[in-house]
Amino acid sequence: MTEHHGAGWVQRFGIGLLIVASVAAAAWVVLSDHRENTGSIHLLNVSYDPTRELYQEFNPAFAKYWKEKTGQDVIIEQSHGGAGKQARAVIDGLEADVVTLALAYDIDEIASRGLLPADWQRRLPQNSAPYTSTIVFLVRKGNPRGIRDWDDLVRPGVEVITPNPKTSGGARWNYLAAWAYALKKELGDLKRLDDPAAADDVKKAQEKARQFVTELYKHVPVLDSGARGSTNTFVQRGIGDVLLAWENEAFLAVRELGPDTFDIVVPSISILAQPPVTVVDKVVEKHGTRQAAEEYLKYLYSPEGQKIAAKHYYRPVDSQYADPADLERFPKVQQVRIDEVFGGWQEAQKTHFNEGGLFDKIYQPGS
Amino acid sequence: MRTVATTKPARRSTLSEPVWVRWLLIGAALSFLGLFLLIPLAAVFVEAFRKGVGAYFAAFRDPAALAAIKLTLLVAAVAVPLNCVFGLAASWAIAKFNFIGKHLLITLIDLPFAVSPVISGLIYILLYGLNGWFGPWLAEHDIQIIFAVPGIVLATLFVTFPFVAREVIPLMQAQGAEDEEAAVTLGASGWQTFFRVTLPNVKWAVLYGVILCNARAMGEFGAVSVVSGHIRGKTNTLPLHVEILYNEYNFVAAFAAASLLAILALATLALKSFVEWRTHRTAPNPLEIPYEGGPLA
Repeated sequence: MTEHHGAGWVQRFGIGLLIVASVAAAAWVVLSDHRENTGSIHLLNVSYDPTRELYQEFNPAFAKYWKEKTGQDVIIEQSHGGAGKQARAVIDGLEADVVTLALAYDIDEIASRGLLPADWQRRLPQNSAPYTSTIVFLVRKGNPRGIRDWDDLVRPGVEVITPNPKTSGGARWNYLAAWAYALKKELGDLKRLDDPAAADDVKKAQEKARQFVTELYKHVPVLDSGARGSTNTFVQRGIGDVLLAWENEAFLAVRELGPDTFDIVVPSISILAQPPVTVVDKVVEKHGTRQAAEEYLKYLYSPEGQKIAAKHYYRPVDSQYADPADLERFPKVQQVRIDEVFGGWQEAQKTHFNEGGLFDKIYQPGS
Repeated sequence: MRTVATTKPARRSTLSEPVWVRWLLIGAALSFLGLFLLIPLAAVFVEAFRKGVGAYFAAFRDPAALAAIKLTLLVAAVAVPLNCVFGLAASWAIAKFNFIGKHLLITLIDLPFAVSPVISGLIYILLYGLNGWFGPWLAEHDIQIIFAVPGIVLATLFVTFPFVAREVIPLMQAQGAEDEEAAVTLGASGWQTFFRVTLPNVKWAVLYGVILCNARAMGEFGAVSVVSGHIRGKTNTLPLHVEILYNEYNFVAAFAAASLLAILALATLALKSFVEWRTHRTAPNPLEIPYEGGPLA
């Protein structure tokens, strides 16, 4: 009987302890979110996939600069993922002080929910893109498939790896670059797109471009949700003959995994990709971080910021500050602008990528 | 129902397959296990130690890794006790009492097993996201649930909810309410009955459920990924941290973190076997409860 008494007490004590522990832990969770208002300032940068390494180096550089300038500690937190997914998270309440995404349309989406003004792209120089990139091909060492240009991608048996344009910004640039190539091939000069006299030719060329891109996506065995996922599919899992990649992503893969495994192929024509940055007004007003957030983005345009961008294979908009050795790595490539060929991101998104747009008609899995 | 006890003595004589067939079958089963379980598990450790012991432990000195481990432990420390209490209360109510809606309650407890973890995450975004049902109110009061620790805890609570209840309900139902009735007749109060009769009867089942619940709480990926926001060093749990490191070409660190999860899985299995062995020894009716979903699925 006494033993039974003892056991009961131990169990009651155990349960009590369990409840106290869980309540304490729960309280700690709730309170820990509110403890952070001590001296230092926090910024959350919500970015797309391939910028991880860039911001890993840029953030400490900015923190140092800010400390020297104001005496204040700034702690920058990073979140990375497919650009479309990241924009969605910000819309759903991920409290990003700044967004640094793959393309303007995703930030337009955030703006359309009232989190920042619609004319955000005019707030910083160069359409708010402190660095640019382009789309290149990554092939296996020695280029066994002999891939030189876009036409080679649709040769029989060639497998192309590119992410899903619905969720990935890089994938949308890939798609548009391919489209622009086909247009250029048909029209000879992309300036004819705006020539009313060439309207018939343009219509024919658009149809040809659609056929080309349709054929291209028949060569895609798997659509990952983000650029880094596609790189891993190509690089780690060894699937596909050619990866359509951000230039910086291709360089990084070559650097990380050895120059003896991959080659970069530069097509005859590519697209000028401008990954834009902006402050999320609603969030910085709530956090009281506007000044630091704005300065953070401006610092991307500073000599230091431009140098770091070039180091991580992003083409700096102001190349005079970059290390010449870094600049030399960028191949010469003819880059078309989205505004010239597709009438800007809003237009391109509506025509090609929205629900029921051209991509939905072009890409039928399993066909 | 199988009647294992009666067929056992006759087994030898009815086994008519030739020896080589038996060995072939055993060999096939073992090589399958080796190929799909042991080799991948070993590969995790081989990859983790590829650049030596120093690189392996360096992976855990990274502040982001430490934060991920801390967050994972914290989430488990909140989710497991809460689900233990909820699970016990629910099983007690279901096994010992009759009430309207009992079957509905049993079905609801199984719900998290039935829905995909992605849905488990998305429902919280629908509820607590900025554009969700409670979003505007939460924003007004400056309470952050989604893309912060509370959201991760909620998602984990949801996916691990059935584990304790699922283990305890069948045992309590099998035991019936006679012991409790006897205790009450002898003058015990409700709490006394619970702590001195009900709980001791099911303690091993509870422990078993807690172990599985803990393994899943620490290993959950899908639901947590949806609500996490992936803020490095802040809202990444260990499984999410593994994915991030892998995507950053940091394979040694990724597999080092993965090896922690693998060790957790192995420890869980060892504990589970111990509890099973204890139950076999102490109680006549063993815990042979069909169990859906792996702890780290």
